[in-house]
Amino acid sequence: MTVQTATSPAPGRRSAQPEPPPGRGRLLRTGLRHVRSWPLPFTVAAAFLALTTVAALLAPLIAPQDPQAIDLNASSAPPDGVHLLGTDQSGRDLLSRVLFGARTSLVAPLALLLCAAVIGVALGTLAAWRGGWTDALVSRVTDVMFAFPGLLFVVLIIAVFGDGLTTAVVALALAYSPVIAKYTRSIALSERAKPYIDAYRVQGVSGFSICVRHLLPNLAAALLGYLVLMFGEVLMGMTTLSYLGFGAQPPSSEWGLMVKEGQAAIVQGALWPALVPGTAIALTVVAFNIVGVRVSDRLGARER
Amino acid sequence: MLHIENLTAELPSATTRRPVLRQVDLRVGTGEVVGLVGESGSGKSTTAKTILRMLPDGTRVRGAVRLEGQDILDMDGPRLRELRSRRVAMIHQDPRAALNPVRTIGDFLTERMVHTLGHSSRQAERQALALLTAVGITHPEQRLRQYPHELSGGMLQRVVIASALAAEPELLLADEATSALDVTTQAEILAILREHQRRRDLGLLFITHDLHLASAYCDRVYVMYAGQVVEQAPAHTLFSSPRHPYTAALLGCTPKLGDHTPVRPIPGRPPSLGDVFTGCPFAARCPAAEPACETWQPVHTRTAEGGSAACRLLERHPAESLPTTSPQEVHP
Amino acid sequence: MAVRALRTSLTLVLTLLAASLVIFGAIYAAPGDPAAFLVGGQEDATPEKLAAVRAAYHLNDPVWSQYGHWIGGAATGDFGRSLQYSDQVSHLIASRLPTTLFLVVYASVLFVVLGTALGALSAVRRGRLDSAIVAVTTLLSSIPKFVKALALVALFAVQLGWFPVSGAGEGFIGRLHHLTLPAFALAMAELAVVTRVTRQSMLDQYPLDHVTAARSAGLSEGKVVRRHVLRNALPPIVTMCGLLTAGLFAGTVVIETAFGISGMGSLLVGAINTHDFPVTQAVLLLMVLAYMLVTTAVDLVHPVLDPRVRLHRSPA
Repeated sequence: MTVQTATSPAPGRRSAQPEPPPGRGRLLRTGLRHVRSWPLPFTVAAAFLALTTVAALLAPLIAPQDPQAIDLNASSAPPDGVHLLGTDQSGRDLLSRVLFGARTSLVAPLALLLCAAVIGVALGTLAAWRGGWTDALVSRVTDVMFAFPGLLFVVLIIAVFGDGLTTAVVALALAYSPVIAKYTRSIALSERAKPYIDAYRVQGVSGFSICVRHLLPNLAAALLGYLVLMFGEVLMGMTTLSYLGFGAQPPSSEWGLMVKEGQAAIVQGALWPALVPGTAIALTVVAFNIVGVRVSDRLGARER
Repeated sequence: MLHIENLTAELPSATTRRPVLRQVDLRVGTGEVVGLVGESGSGKSTTAKTILRMLPDGTRVRGAVRLEGQDILDMDGPRLRELRSRRVAMIHQDPRAALNPVRTIGDFLTERMVHTLGHSSRQAERQALALLTAVGITHPEQRLRQYPHELSGGMLQRVVIASALAAEPELLLADEATSALDVTTQAEILAILREHQRRRDLGLLFITHDLHLASAYCDRVYVMYAGQVVEQAPAHTLFSSPRHPYTAALLGCTPKLGDHTPVRPIPGRPPSLGDVFTGCPFAARCPAAEPACETWQPVHTRTAEGGSAACRLLERHPAESLPTTSPQEVHP
Repeated sequence: MAVRALRTSLTLVLTLLAASLVIFGAIYAAPGDPAAFLVGGQEDATPEKLAAVRAAYHLNDPVWSQYGHWIGGAATGDFGRSLQYSDQVSHLIASRLPTTLFLVVYASVLFVVLGTALGALSAVRRGRLDSAIVAVTTLLSSIPKFVKALALVALFAVQLGWFPVSGAGEGFIGRLHHLTLPAFALAMAELAVVTRVTRQSMLDQYPLDHVTAARSAGLSEGKVVRRHVLRNALPPIVTMCGLLTAGLFAGTVVIETAFGISGMGSLLVGAINTHDFPVTQAVLLLMVLAYMLVTTAVDLVHPVLDPRVRLHRSPA
């Protein structure tokens, strides 16, 4: 007899092929289910994100100081009337740097997520539509990439091509695309089995045309919901790379890089240079996760 | 021995609009087999759960459930656990679901003996072997090491019965104990249950949706509808002369061997917990209903057969009517 | 069982070979001459140096043979020489591995013990405590590891002075003391996940009949929870703990950098910054190996916890 238990992690999963970063979407969702029924956090989070976006757009207008202006007399100063959030070791105004840094810190993850989505959705749809050896090939390739835990695949690419914001964005896009491909494949397979697809095939519509005109538009909402939920994680990945020195390079005020530069000041008792950008990262990710769960639920992203 | 009086229970759920049990009176004597019959949702399982105080949190219960004079509804934690472990044993509907799938049969049987009855594990294992043999299981030593999914449903139900007997309880509750089994296995399980009930002089509350089975198997039968007892009677009379229209309708909607009268399904649907009644709950589906039934509050009337039924039409014979709501017992 | 284990091991070996091929082949993905890349973009790369690298990597042989030399050496613990430290890569790794292992084990113990405890507490108590635990753990998993690391340093090392700011410490007690903050920073996101998995898995068990049956047999609530709810909730919890432990090796890259610990993770970061590719390759290969070994072990342990899978998976 075949008893498939409800508790076994993923039925039919090939052994020794680790899952992608273990089901974060679903876990996040069960975790935040409490919060969802409670409107206040959503409103606060959405307002925070709107504010951050506006601040990033208007940074040159609203930043009180030049983010690169060095003032060695005011090194690692705590907040005062001039520097509302204090200064870093070089005496640069932290508020201005965080505001300008929001541009890179938000645009880089967005860009890489879009790249990853284009690659992942294309591969996932192809694998689901063609099946057979195409599917097998895509699955094997993604399996090998999943053998690299965390950011190690990204680290390998950076080791080969050198560091820098562009390399980091491309590397992260490559690393996240198999995750998206896997999700796309699973929902595309179930969508493909629906009768309307067969109806188009019977009419002689080409596979490419069916995929682009009918299949993908029907998956769009679910995919968008999934991507929204990934944004927080991608932002964490991007800032982590910059923190390690592999992403944005000085004198950028990307948040992860700001934390890296501010770290040395902590030992001297000056917490602001590292904690201001660190808090900005934390708040943004938390806000994105809260908003993301709500949005992806509305869009009907299917659970993995 | 077991004496349920005027039991009313209300579930905390928002969708329920009436009590899940309403003024239920029920008795089970020592050595007596009592049937409790009704459609799903009639409250028969809830009655069994109340006897073990297994109702969901927030359920409001009024009335009394007495076992040898002690009210179960008033028991504190240790007394309640003693009741569950030593005095009342439950045989569940689906043995496959009732056994922990990741523990062996041996674990299941000895767990209760070791953890609630205080036996040593060796003693428990010996007793488990004896019990398995007693309920007709072959190769008991081997079975103890097997997992539930390796045994058939009939075999598992024997294991559940063995476990229920382990504590030597006074009262057995069998909640649809054979409904999930096929017919031949069902007969074997019923025979085993009856044999042990008789040998140990146990009270047995036999809950089923099958009125024919109940009237053949039990000494006395209670029929429930929408959380109320509508009729109770000695089993042999219920079959031949049902007094409540619902009982009659239940008998009418199952085909009988050698009887060529057409099967008459009961019109309408069984009431849900969202339905509220102003009078007799069965009035809407009753073939003999009169307008007055819609507002008549059910009270039990004693019948000539020694049972009682809650039907307004029986009240037309004043000689037999009783002012009490409590059904009268036949056996001591 | 045996067939299953064999198949699992075979998949493991194949995936490892594929991953190692990717790590090795990366040399050829780099623009320009592989030898120049391996020398690390040093402008003063003398022809002698380039020739030495060509010889060490057998770059004049066919590609397959080069890979064979490299993976054969790796299998015997020979990862070549570091270009930066002019030492055997294996020596560098041997001196750093104990610290990283200690950190990973410490963090695993933390998130397994605290995660299951909090998750179980959440599931048993429900209500407000449950909401609080879920909210806090969710919050913790939404903050990057390096931010948590620096926040911990700022509070417990600099402000309160309870723990050292950096370093790995000497002796067992010293290590424990030095690595407590790193282990917490490393384990917090995983702790959140384990808490949620434990909570959910236990909540899935509560309404099942066998739990009700155990309770109706008079077992005390504590025993019902331990022997039935928690026991049956274990398989997904153990699986998740295993996968997360496997992933911790990658997490050490960030944590060792943040805490200035000399381990495998900081070795990798240093190797990339100094273009020390033999070291990069070796550390990546070992981390992938550790990850795959642990995930495979988890896969093999699963049937032990759930006899139904044992039956299901054993080939007829």
